[in-house]
Amino acid sequence: MNLVQLNPPSLDPKTAPPFPAAAKIDLRDTQLRRNVARATDTIQRKRAALVEEKKDWQALRDAGAAIRREALRNLDGYLLQFEERFQAAGGTVHWAANAADANRVVLDILRENDAREVIKIKSMTTAEIGLNEYLAHHNVTAHETDLAELILQLGGDQPSHIVVPALHKNRQQVREIFARSMGLPDLSDDPEALTAAARQYLREKFLRVKTAICGANFLIAETGGVTIVESEGNGRMCLTLPETLIAIVGIEKVIPRFADLEVLLQTLPRSATGERMNPYNSIWSGVIPGDGPKNMHVVLLDNGRTRVLRDAIGRQTLQCIRCGACQNACPVYRQTGGHAYGSVYAGPIGAILTPQLEDMRYAQSLPYASSLCGACYEVCPVKINIPEVLVHLRARVVDRGRRKLASLFDQERAGMMMMAAIFANRRRYEAAQRLARTAQRAVRHGDAWYHWLPGMAGRWTETRDLAPLPKETFREWWQQRGRS
Amino acid sequence: MRIALFITCYNDTLFPRTGQSVVRVLERLGHTVEFPLEQTCCGQMHFNTGYAREAYPLAKRFVEIFADAEAVCIPSSSCVAMIREYYPALARENEDAGMAAAVGSLLPRVFEFSELLVDALGVTDVGAYFPHRVTYHASCHGLRSLHLGDKPLRLLRAVRGLELVPLDGLEQCCGFGGTFAVKNADVSAAMLTEKTRAVLNTRAEVCTACDNSCLMHMQGMLHRQFADVRTLHLAEVLANTEVVPA
Repeated sequence: MNLVQLNPPSLDPKTAPPFPAAAKIDLRDTQLRRNVARATDTIQRKRAALVEEKKDWQALRDAGAAIRREALRNLDGYLLQFEERFQAAGGTVHWAANAADANRVVLDILRENDAREVIKIKSMTTAEIGLNEYLAHHNVTAHETDLAELILQLGGDQPSHIVVPALHKNRQQVREIFARSMGLPDLSDDPEALTAAARQYLREKFLRVKTAICGANFLIAETGGVTIVESEGNGRMCLTLPETLIAIVGIEKVIPRFADLEVLLQTLPRSATGERMNPYNSIWSGVIPGDGPKNMHVVLLDNGRTRVLRDAIGRQTLQCIRCGACQNACPVYRQTGGHAYGSVYAGPIGAILTPQLEDMRYAQSLPYASSLCGACYEVCPVKINIPEVLVHLRARVVDRGRRKLASLFDQERAGMMMMAAIFANRRRYEAAQRLARTAQRAVRHGDAWYHWLPGMAGRWTETRDLAPLPKETFREWWQQRGRS
Repeated sequence: MRIALFITCYNDTLFPRTGQSVVRVLERLGHTVEFPLEQTCCGQMHFNTGYAREAYPLAKRFVEIFADAEAVCIPSSSCVAMIREYYPALARENEDAGMAAAVGSLLPRVFEFSELLVDALGVTDVGAYFPHRVTYHASCHGLRSLHLGDKPLRLLRAVRGLELVPLDGLEQCCGFGGTFAVKNADVSAAMLTEKTRAVLNTRAEVCTACDNSCLMHMQGMLHRQFADVRTLHLAEVLANTEVVPA
């Protein structure tokens, strides 16, 4: 059994294989599929119960969407306001246009403080920019302190979910990873024993390492506050014990007012982990002498986000508060888990965020990694119409292809053009119906079903039969009936 | 009421019995059915696959053909969802004020088959007789776009002789998703496997839905497995009476 990942999946959209190819491989991992289905079922059940008890849930979704839209509409103003307030409170704000900028800013701060090691709070943004790998390359060791991230780091694995990044591992697999990497051959797979082992391992780092790196759930423009919610308390350790604290935050994470948390801290924990409230809610607003970190930095990361804002339909993607509810609800994610998406952002939100961050040049298969069932939109606490964006991005993929000569030889495109011409005209459409039946008579005997079809349709008959065309179309029946 | 039937391209070509059943039920209830022969396709396949440019003329075509209908009946929830959710947006994106107005005026008269019966015509007992064990699959578009809720179930419960058994994982997609079924065939098949397992667990003789596309998908795997379950559109269940048996 492959317990420790020997070949970690590529989550770089520029090099990852297309979704269907990656999914085909992951679908064979029945243990992974079982783990993912079980974990997402559990979170969904908890979420549903807590949503049910909120009679104003739909109003909270509307309010959350309105807050996020307002923030994005005036993003420039709110970011400057945040910068001003945060710096007035003794913090430092850095602006990073892309991943390379952000990584360099972090390394410069670490060098100033002579830091060779950092402790980290779980952060998707640092995964997005590949910070750990960058730091390792520059001889700085990053220790993940979130339990799930620690499992991944020790197992040489990659996150597969926004909120529960090691969701694809079960506790027997976790035991194996811990036993091997912590030198505890007799460790049991009892959850308490596993967390105790992690605590022992992490406490030493909390007490020794003087620099912490984190992301943020929200930046509050009004107060210059940085908000982090978590379940373990390890984040709180990182926020309070070190001397230097660096947060790397996507520019879209800003919210206008402190009072906006009233809405978002009701919807986020319910949607994310199925809790009424997170056990640890931290808001830090600058330096307080004698209490907590002495140096506080916020790195504001663009990395393609401003470009996403330009797209009238696509921009709602940036409303996301990273709750992961769409991943738990997604029937595609349920089958494949997160790695097949080839991005740190998996599932429905990843399928719309990743290709946009990549300017549609990479991850072009992701908008198609959905049956458009709409379960993601239904659970989204900030009402991102993910199916609408998926279809919109598909059109952008198709439109990019229109300019290429190779598209003339593309089977799907040729089929679509032919069908469009057929549907444009009744006589052509009826002729096509008759022609299909004539063709069928040439290859079929009697009422036999199709078990094999050529070309793209062959993907259907790999696992599914197809009934033969009936002897008459509805319109033929209707016209016949009119005459008799 | 004079009801114009939009049969949809795939029902016309692959499932004529569904259309015949819609006609039978509506006429039995005393309504007049019209079938504009110029109709072809609503454009959903093109639009959902990224060919919005090709879908738009089809959308315009639909709106022109049905502009004067008293009511339009469509026995396919995903086509209704396409028309209701995306026609207004398509008109807006194409900056076509005439189309936007025409869509706006037509939409209140467009009904999915079970909506037409329950909401517009106010009937749940259509006088049907179907002495079989039946389970109902709520298609994603029916469930989340049209919010059909228990309308199809109310129609089924009123059918004499019919034993209705609930389907586990009702809100789970069957994995069809139009071109998704071939573009992501492996994931689609994995989703379908869960769905057909749930259908088989009901021990129903018939699985029904308001969408033949899901049913075609499910039927495809059930047939491959030699399973003894038939898939029938809701209209085909409701069309049966004691006089005209299944």
